[in-house]
Amino acid sequence: MSRIAQTIRGALLMDFWGAFGLGMKYFFRPKATLNYPFEKGPLSPRFRGQHALRRYPNGEERCIACKLCEAICPAQAITIEAEERADGSRRTTRYDIDMVKCIYCGFCEEACPVDAIVEGPNFEFAAETREELYYDKQKLLENGDRWEREIARNLELDAPYR
Amino acid sequence: MSGLIEQFGPLWGTLAVVGQIVAFMIVLLLSLAFLLLMDRKVWAAVQMRKGPNVVGAFGLLQSFADFLKFVFKEIVVPAGADRTLFLLAPLITFTLAFIAWAVIPVAPGWVIADLNVGLLYLFAISSLGVYGIIIGGWASNSKYPFLGSLRSAAQMVSYEVSIGFIIVTVMLLAGSMNLTAIVEAQAGGFWHWHLLALDALPWPIFLVMLPMFGMFFISALAETNRPPFDLPEAESELVAGYQVEYSSTPYLLFMIGEYLNIVLMCAMATILFFGGWHPPLDIAPFTWIHPVFWFAIKVVFFFFMFAMVKALVPRYRYDQLMRLGWKIFLPTALGAVAIVGAYVTFGANG
Repeated sequence: MSRIAQTIRGALLMDFWGAFGLGMKYFFRPKATLNYPFEKGPLSPRFRGQHALRRYPNGEERCIACKLCEAICPAQAITIEAEERADGSRRTTRYDIDMVKCIYCGFCEEACPVDAIVEGPNFEFAAETREELYYDKQKLLENGDRWEREIARNLELDAPYR
Repeated sequence: MSGLIEQFGPLWGTLAVVGQIVAFMIVLLLSLAFLLLMDRKVWAAVQMRKGPNVVGAFGLLQSFADFLKFVFKEIVVPAGADRTLFLLAPLITFTLAFIAWAVIPVAPGWVIADLNVGLLYLFAISSLGVYGIIIGGWASNSKYPFLGSLRSAAQMVSYEVSIGFIIVTVMLLAGSMNLTAIVEAQAGGFWHWHLLALDALPWPIFLVMLPMFGMFFISALAETNRPPFDLPEAESELVAGYQVEYSSTPYLLFMIGEYLNIVLMCAMATILFFGGWHPPLDIAPFTWIHPVFWFAIKVVFFFFMFAMVKALVPRYRYDQLMRLGWKIFLPTALGAVAIVGAYVTFGANG
């Protein structure tokens, strides 16, 4: 553009009026905002959120204390201690996840041979103190009981791709 | 104002004046709360967001929530800062922003001080405004606030010069520095407004006044440190300019002062160029609306334009800013003063 044309464009604020028209067009467009606490975006079945320990339908816990998750955890966030139970089966006496260390990679879930430890769809577990984020076995089993329906559905949806 | 004292005696008259001032301040602050929200809403809408919408219906009470938040936070005074000046600076900005409103006529007779040198007074007060910023930046004892305040001072001084000459053209056309008289000179319909100045035909003064209005608006943006001239608080380089070290109530005072100055500039644009409280046509459906609402509608319109500019225009570089002010606006405004002066001397009265 020649210098004169440029000057005239500038003096008439042509660039501004163009931007103004575009701005007004967007002004009346439908808003992209999601009213977050009241409405939430869709989550993939593969979403890796808060951990949970699952149970079999008869109430028996799935975890057999093979410690594969503990071994594969790259952040070393999982601590497991195991003992033989009265009926002769091998079970954990301690299953802790340090949620502050955890990097939510999902390796524990992948490593588990019995689908016991999973990462559920819940991502709203912020806490006010660090201590609340050191999850123990009881807390993880509670999570499993609370989110079982969603977790089972997500596993089923994702099964064809595994 | 002095009329009230003569009418009610020294004691009750003074009380009436104080009451008037307090009422005006409260109305100003309340409207400012909603204008602030409007600013954010307009900005959000252009970016296809909803903006604040949680506190109260449509987020109407957001500004009041913000006010409470600011007031209850801790006032942090940086180590090594000049404590007195540090706390004085926001007070200066805040007070000056309010003082300027004393001469703004919002409707016939609705003005706190009907000064004959109203324009000069406004000009003086807005020049003083730079003190709040430069004192705040210096007293913070920190480099970024200091750089921000230096930039701000240079910018405000530069644009005040051209804004002064733009105001002179309006003053010449109206033949008065009294703001009420300037508004009255534009009575009778939009073609009498100084924006168009079709009164002057066959002298084509509108060819001068239209660009003068554009320049006034742009200078007002620079004068109030709004985008695209927000170099003093350039968020990406100076964080928040002279406000870096401020928190809590002092920050709130700076904020209120800044936005009051923006609304003041909108009011000045309304009074000087858009006929103040006069409706665009002096016939039935327009005259039913009270003048004060016409004034408010125009001010809100200009505020909307301020918000749109903030949403649309990228920031100027510092040398571009100075070039625009000194090399383009100042000569153009000087030329305009000469042309309007010639019209007043040879066209209107000659």
